[in-house]
Amino acid sequence: MPADFISNLYVFILAGFVGFELIKRVSPLLHTPLMSLTNALDAIVVVAAIIITGRHETTLTTTLGAIAVAASFSNMVGGFLITDRMLRKFKSGRSKQQ
Amino acid sequence: MNPLELQQYLDFAYIVAVVLFILSLKFLSSPTTSRLGVLAGEIGAALAVVVTLCNPEVTEYRWVLITLIIGAGVGIPLGLVHMTAVPQRTALSHAFGALSAAIIGIAEYYVGTAPVTRFQMGEIALEVIIGSLTFTGSLIAAGKLQEILPQRPIVYRGQNIVSLSVLAGALGLAVALVVNPANTMLFPIMVVVALIFGVLLVTPIGGADMPTVISLLNSYAGFSAALLGFVLNSKVLVVSGALDGSSGFILSVIMCKAMNRSFTNVMFGAFGQVQASAAGAKEERVVRSATPEDAAAILEAANRVVIVPGYGMAVAQAQHKVRELYDILTKKGIDVRFAIHPVAGRMPGHMNVLLAEADIPYEKLIEMDEINGDFPQTDVALIIGANDVTNPAARTDKSSPIFGMPILDVDKAHTVMVIKRSMNPGFAGIDNPLYYLDNTLMLFGDAKQFVTSIVKELSGGH
Repeated sequence: MPADFISNLYVFILAGFVGFELIKRVSPLLHTPLMSLTNALDAIVVVAAIIITGRHETTLTTTLGAIAVAASFSNMVGGFLITDRMLRKFKSGRSKQQ
Repeated sequence: MNPLELQQYLDFAYIVAVVLFILSLKFLSSPTTSRLGVLAGEIGAALAVVVTLCNPEVTEYRWVLITLIIGAGVGIPLGLVHMTAVPQRTALSHAFGALSAAIIGIAEYYVGTAPVTRFQMGEIALEVIIGSLTFTGSLIAAGKLQEILPQRPIVYRGQNIVSLSVLAGALGLAVALVVNPANTMLFPIMVVVALIFGVLLVTPIGGADMPTVISLLNSYAGFSAALLGFVLNSKVLVVSGALDGSSGFILSVIMCKAMNRSFTNVMFGAFGQVQASAAGAKEERVVRSATPEDAAAILEAANRVVIVPGYGMAVAQAQHKVRELYDILTKKGIDVRFAIHPVAGRMPGHMNVLLAEADIPYEKLIEMDEINGDFPQTDVALIIGANDVTNPAARTDKSSPIFGMPILDVDKAHTVMVIKRSMNPGFAGIDNPLYYLDNTLMLFGDAKQFVTSIVKELSGGH
């Protein structure tokens, strides 16, 4: 087993626990924005896609990378946008009166 | 700066991005700080993208920039969809996320800078299988939610055996590739088989189960990104994939509990078929109905009102009229709250978004567990477009298909009013004994029109 695998596994397990503890505390009120926000964060795969595309090794890998850049970046942009639009709609009764 | 030193700076920037991502989820714990969470996430993501563009490995910018612009061009309209369309948009974004994770894994297999070891082959194969099946599965889910595809479960004899054989086929090909990574012919076949499995996985699942399915696909999309992080040895991917994956997983568990069903039951149970046995042997039961005038008078005489919205309310676009009703009743000094069942919408939390959009303060949106104890002290429970989540048979009737499912105990309210088009059973085809109770009044009609009439009656009365 490569050494990288072990260190990645460490990170994965710790991040999984952190995720579990954080998500548990998110109010069910906000579960839809939660899903669109984690979607936008997950779109960080765009960094891997940029590197594959930008390395420009073969036509095949550049093409695949280019599709991945477009798909993941659209998730990133759209995910943050819709999350913010949804959260703006959640208003407290008190703030409404002010 | 030498390349190694630069690489270390880049890695440091990724760590900052990861910290911002974690803070982003932390801020989401309360509606008051939640928008700060989006900001933290945006800064982290922007930092990671900019830093990646500075990576010396990136030598050719043309395609990167073109596709970033295309991505933004697709993403912005998808970020501006109507709130009722959020579930299908989310399913589509799971598809995009899984597609990019799968496709990068595929590209990594074909890069061929170094010969692929067996271990790497195993990682790539697993990652590509999960990514591919999530891609097609999410597309089917989006199609069902957009109502391009039939919502009813599509089933045939021996379906589970066929689906599982296809999955076994994909895994078998993966094993063959691990045994001999040089057998490049098998790789594209494995991808195609995994894509087919995704279609077979979601097609038989009915519309009522979409909140669970969409959460499960969320979890798969996250874990495929985390696995991609293993393949590429990229910690930022491992962390964000693990966060997304665990979030989807927790939501799936919550959705399953809210329907009292197991994962296997959702995936292979084909819920939502018409119940053949329910039709026979039914004596005529008395249903009492009322007019908008009656309903308005009863609401006006109440002190405590709980409104139970279901997806039918959103379909009828009645949420803004419901807000008017809320305003009028509140002005009259009546306490009005909303009871939200976890599966009230088409994805976790969807109903809250729809009501928040209609400007209903979020403190008035109460979760099932919190409000259930209050129904005995509630004067009127007004049900708008919800059915199965209010069915008392879930508590009492062991033969009911929804027996054991946690429900809103509306039948304990002094008066129950149900706005409904007709006596037809709901989405799952299950009869609801609530409608025949002595304290229940049926308000037959379109949700939006009926609420409008009640509002008119209440505002005209004084």
